[in-house]
Order: sequence, then structure tokens, then C-alpha cells
Amino acid sequence: MNQFSYVRVTSKESAISAMAKDKTAMFLAGGTNLVDLMKSGVTSPERLVDINNVPLATIEETKTGLRIGALAKNTAVAENALVIKHFPLLSQALKAGASPQLRNMATVGGNMMQRTRCHYFYDNALPCNKRNPGSGCGAIGGFTRMHAIFGASDKCIAVHPSDMCVALTALDAVITVAGPKGERKIPFGDFHRLPGDTPEQDNNLQRGELIIAVDIPFNQLSAHTHYLKVRDRASYAFALVSVGAAMQIKGGNIADVRLAMGGVAHKPWRLKEAEAWLKGKSATEENFRKAASMAMTNAKSQGGNAFKLTLAPNTIVEALKTAAAQA
Amino acid sequence: MDDQLKNEEHTGTSRRSFLKKSSLITALAFTPDTVIKAAEKGLDEQIASAIETMPLNVTINGVKQSVRIEPRVTLLDLLRERLHLTGTKKGCDHGQCGACTVHVDGQRVNSCLTLALTTEGRNVTTIEGLADGDNLHPMQKAFLEHDGFQCGYCTPGQIMSAVCCIREGHANTPDEVREYMSGNICRCGAYSNIVDAIMDVKQGGKKV
Repeated sequence: MNQFSYVRVTSKESAISAMAKDKTAMFLAGGTNLVDLMKSGVTSPERLVDINNVPLATIEETKTGLRIGALAKNTAVAENALVIKHFPLLSQALKAGASPQLRNMATVGGNMMQRTRCHYFYDNALPCNKRNPGSGCGAIGGFTRMHAIFGASDKCIAVHPSDMCVALTALDAVITVAGPKGERKIPFGDFHRLPGDTPEQDNNLQRGELIIAVDIPFNQLSAHTHYLKVRDRASYAFALVSVGAAMQIKGGNIADVRLAMGGVAHKPWRLKEAEAWLKGKSATEENFRKAASMAMTNAKSQGGNAFKLTLAPNTIVEALKTAAAQA
Repeated sequence: MDDQLKNEEHTGTSRRSFLKKSSLITALAFTPDTVIKAAEKGLDEQIASAIETMPLNVTINGVKQSVRIEPRVTLLDLLRERLHLTGTKKGCDHGQCGACTVHVDGQRVNSCLTLALTTEGRNVTTIEGLADGDNLHPMQKAFLEHDGFQCGYCTPGQIMSAVCCIREGHANTPDEVREYMSGNICRCGAYSNIVDAIMDVKQGGKKV
């Protein structure tokens, strides 16, 4: 790992100010992705601003929902009674991610900020437009088992690996960030980006901004939720495809529904058309199948991930069936 | 990196040519300007002087430690290389195998991805701190009784993780143990005996 300087801060104001002073600095929270990237020589900040002692880890009920501090650990959120009661999908998604050790380290803000990535991104010997803009994409035409089927560009076909972010996208969370110019809010679905011509930018956080909290508005979807993650081993692996499903069912009909997928795009992939179509329909496998097929309209294989074109709709149907079957 | 550079110095090879030859030149693209300039001018000393150390106060297995370290030192390297607590193992060094698992303020973490400076003021427990003198911890005894290892390299991490698995309340069934021990890989494949050991301690009801 290259050497770097280190500063420990205890308030968000000092964190933002420390970042403003050094344009090559990066915030350090749990470090589970950043330290790994630094060891691999993929990311080399000259200064780390350690924000672990900034008091932003509370999880509290507000008038309109739950507010989760950006530095709340993934385990703390997954095991929180309010989260389990109001947003079981978030707890399920978090528990499907990483390992217990990593969840004890990783924060909510850090989980959002983990790089959208693939193996080619980590391999310094190969080109990667995300690691080295303009160098090309080693993955296209290469080993593409893990790669995107939605929203890819000819510059990048990597996927965002987070499970937590799939749930937060589905739950219409809103992110609060603070910077030198004050605070602003970003709807969760607008936070991460598609690769386009600038795959080096994973999200729309501006340089110097710090994620403060995530607000999840209350909903009526907690009775029927399921996070289904399909992966190459039973646990502790990135998703080939994952689906977060949450429904409100009244008299056998779908009064409200949220659907999002992971492992299929450069950002958590919300299925709004399928949601809109399902609303008011009866909660039957036939309807789930139609919605899933609608969700796949623009899917495109990269070769090695062609199986996802079948796996993805099947996973959507299975997640909806399991969610609907809950008493 | 600095050790390699020093070795080159002793053999009389100029550092600049060494840097050019080695893969380090890739890394140089990301290093501070001062370092790059120093390398270009052959001012080798500035590379060393760019390495700053910082004070760290941390309690490890009940003993207060005060050291000065570079920011890039991980908790794992601090334990093994500076404090010679070599019970904690370096497997993958990327958070994928769990051999380096230790407790920080009672929570199991991967020490390989924990920068040591982030543990300022915290309590760290390693495998060396688990037993009470010569009395092994119940989990250590159970691993012996159930033959929960073959080569033993992953064992310290497995045991540290297993203790937390029970403390967290995630050892109620063998399936739950398998899920909540998924961050610890055993290349020998002693998994079934590891699960037996953990279930035995859990069902024995002893405080862990």
C-alpha cells in the first residue's frame, strides 16, 4: 500500500473542512472496500480523513419514517428493531451481503460508496475505463459471468454489488449529504449512475460532500417482503442476480408493490414499469411472470452472462411468490 | 516497498532504474508529487522522509499499548509484525478468508482491512487473549474435542468468529451457524467438525 497521511475528525464540519483542504483526500469509514482497493493499488489517496468518530450512527424514528445515520454499521441496521419492524426488506438485504465480520465494519454510507466494479477493475495489468479513463474495457468480450444486462455502455459493463442499496432503492429512501455549501437531498434512485461515457463516476456525490443520513419513508409494505439473492455459493458471495420485493396485498390484490434488482446493472435497478403494471392486479404467479417479462424488455447479454436473461425473470417471480405467501 | 528500495541501494543499483524496472512504476502514478519528483531527481531520501508515523494507544488483550506507526499499517500487521502476536493469521489479506478475525470492542472484524490507527482508544482481543491463563476457552476446548481443524491455519480466526457467533445469538441451529460462519474459509474442509464444536459449546450453555 502506498503511504498516505491520516487525519482523525470528530465532527461533520471538521470532516468537510479537512476534505476541502486537500483535493486528493478521501473519507475513511469502515474501509472494507477502500482499504482493499488501496492494497491492490487501484485507489491511492494521499490523505485519509477518518470519520469513524463523527457522531452519525444513530437510527431514529421521525414523523415520516426512519432516519439512519450514515455511519451506522451494517450489522446495527440489520439487527435494529425499528428496521425489522418497518422495513424488513432492508434487514434481509443487509444480512444477505458480505460476511458477519465485514458487516460489523461496513457503514451505511460506505456501503453506498463502495465502487461499482468487476474483476477487470481490480487487475492493474488490464485496461479499465473506470480505473483509468480512456484505457478501454477489458471485460467486454472477456469473462462476463458477473456483468450487467441492463444499462451497460461500450465503456463499462460492471455492476454495483450492494444488497443494501437494492432495498433502499426499492424503499424510496432519500439521502442527505452535506458539503461546503450546505446540505442537499438526493433520492436514492438518483444517487448511483449508469456508466455512459464516464464510468469512473459511480454516483452523483460531489467532491467534498459527506453522506449524513438516509431517510426511509413509512409504507404499508412490511407484511409481504422478500430479498432473494442467487449466487455461486450458499453465502458470502456477490449476487449473480438478486431481487428485493415488497408488497401490500388486500383481498388477494396488489395494492402497492416495490421491486428492485441487484447484480444486473451499474446501479441498483428499480423495476418501475413492472411495479406500475402489477398495481391493482391479483397476486398470482401468472401476473408475476408477466411483470417479470416486462422488466426484461431492454435486457442485453454480454455473452458469459446470457444465463441471467433467464435467471433474472425467474428470480423476480420467485421473490414475488415468496413475499406474497407470507402470512 | 521501502525495504525493497533499501535492498537495491545496498546492491548499488540506482533507485531510479529500480523504479523504472519494477512494477512500482505503476504505483508511482498515484503517489504524492513530492515522492515522484524525489524519485525523478534521484533524491531517494525524500521517499523515506515522506513516511510519517503517528501515535496509537490501544488496549490489546487487556494490555495498554502505545506505539508510533505509519497510517498504512493494518491492525493485522501491527499485531503480527510489531507486537509479535502471531496467533492472528494473514490468509488472503483482502477480507475474504477470515483468518485474521479479531474482536474490536467485542465485535468480530477482519484485522487485515482495519487500519490500526482507527483502533485508537479501543479494546482489541486476539486468540492469545481468549484463554484464562492455562485454562483454555470453552471454544478452544471444543475445537480440540471435535477435531475442528486439519492444518490449523484458519483456526484462530474460526475460533474468534465462533465465539462472536454465539454471543450474537446466531448459533441456534447448524444451518444458522453455517450462515454466520461464512466469513471464515477452511481450505482443509473441516467445516462439519467446526459446526459440531460450535453447537457443542452453544448447547453446553457455558458463558463464552
